[in-house]
Amino acid sequence: MTVHAHGVISAPAADIALALLAAGAVAAYLAGVVISRRRGRPWSTGRVMLWCGGVAAGAASVIGPLANAAHESFVAHMTTHLLAGMVAPVLLVLAAPVTLALRSLAVTPARRLSRVLGSAPARFVAHPITATALSAGGLWLIYVTPIVDAMREVPLVHVAVHAHLLLAGYLFTAAVIGLDPRPHPWSRALVVAVIVLAMAAHAILAKYLYANPPAGFAFADVQTGAQVMYYAGAWVEAVVVVIFCARWYRAAAPRAATAP
Amino acid sequence: MTDASLRNHSARNVWSGILFGIGAIAFIDEAVFHQLLHWHHFYDRSTTEVGLVSDGIFHAVSWFATIAGLFLLADLRRRHALHWGRWVGGALIGAGAFQLYDGTIHHKVLGLHQIRYVDDLIVYDIVWHAVAIAMLVAGIVIVVRTRRSIARPSEA
Repeated sequence: MTVHAHGVISAPAADIALALLAAGAVAAYLAGVVISRRRGRPWSTGRVMLWCGGVAAGAASVIGPLANAAHESFVAHMTTHLLAGMVAPVLLVLAAPVTLALRSLAVTPARRLSRVLGSAPARFVAHPITATALSAGGLWLIYVTPIVDAMREVPLVHVAVHAHLLLAGYLFTAAVIGLDPRPHPWSRALVVAVIVLAMAAHAILAKYLYANPPAGFAFADVQTGAQVMYYAGAWVEAVVVVIFCARWYRAAAPRAATAP
Repeated sequence: MTDASLRNHSARNVWSGILFGIGAIAFIDEAVFHQLLHWHHFYDRSTTEVGLVSDGIFHAVSWFATIAGLFLLADLRRRHALHWGRWVGGALIGAGAFQLYDGTIHHKVLGLHQIRYVDDLIVYDIVWHAVAIAMLVAGIVIVVRTRRSIARPSEA
């Protein structure tokens, strides 16, 4: 992964650290794939590509030309949010990193991991309602508090906000279309409700921003950015809905037609 | 088409149609009136806060409904329980009801935006609501009539 020319605002050291973090995420995943395959358990190359794509989308939201432009342009700002909060989480969740970790780790760390994931606090944050509140609620908080101004002035806040968007987006996506093993699957009605709720919160915020532009951005720029959020966001959400419905379709297959 | 399978999934045909109808009319609204004609505005200064919330919820519901409606349609097909009449009737009900809600509550009560920003808006409003009511009534008539035709063989 290459680090592009830096803008005046971004600190090169922080950029390099973030690039290393992204490279580390890819390396760890690849190591897991190699170990899993050596143990005779195949792992699809498609998932590897999904993981790399997800890491690249997340990285592009904090380093590189787009991230630098986000301090000046609201359209770029919104595009980095879509990448970190929606595109990257969907790709990363579909890469099923937890399943890969459980397959490739040694027995003791694998057990420890599954114990952590099954613990009460982990189950609480992974619950669809909590995950939706963190993801959609967090997004609203950014814009109705001075966080949106701080993001442009303090590079660390910019990175912290994107880290939050990525993690909360991951929790939400995993809660609704996660592939990784889960002891108790959520009821479909609950998942439908949170997907619709999250989509609605997203659309309402987009129009709210259109009407109430954050200080420091040009009016026309915010209007275009709000429409990017509204329409591009809807297409990412449509992908999530298609995956959710396809799962139902497979699970609800009539008995005679079920493949063994 | 198996009669038993159809009878068991009679209501699902209508629901699949209703969901798809809501989604399809919302899609036409977005694609034709917002994007192609630019008659509808993305936002109107008269929009109330309730209007924004209602618009957001309908935006979300319509995306979900389009996709879910089509998956339900595929499910009916593989169960040999698809009845196009009931499905189309449902779709007309969904589309008509959504258009009626959009025209009355969204455009008029909550002030989201008008159909077109012209002087003789009333003409547009009349056509809009007439089409909505026509779809709704036609849908209800089809659904009621097809229910009778499906129920008959079971009585024999």
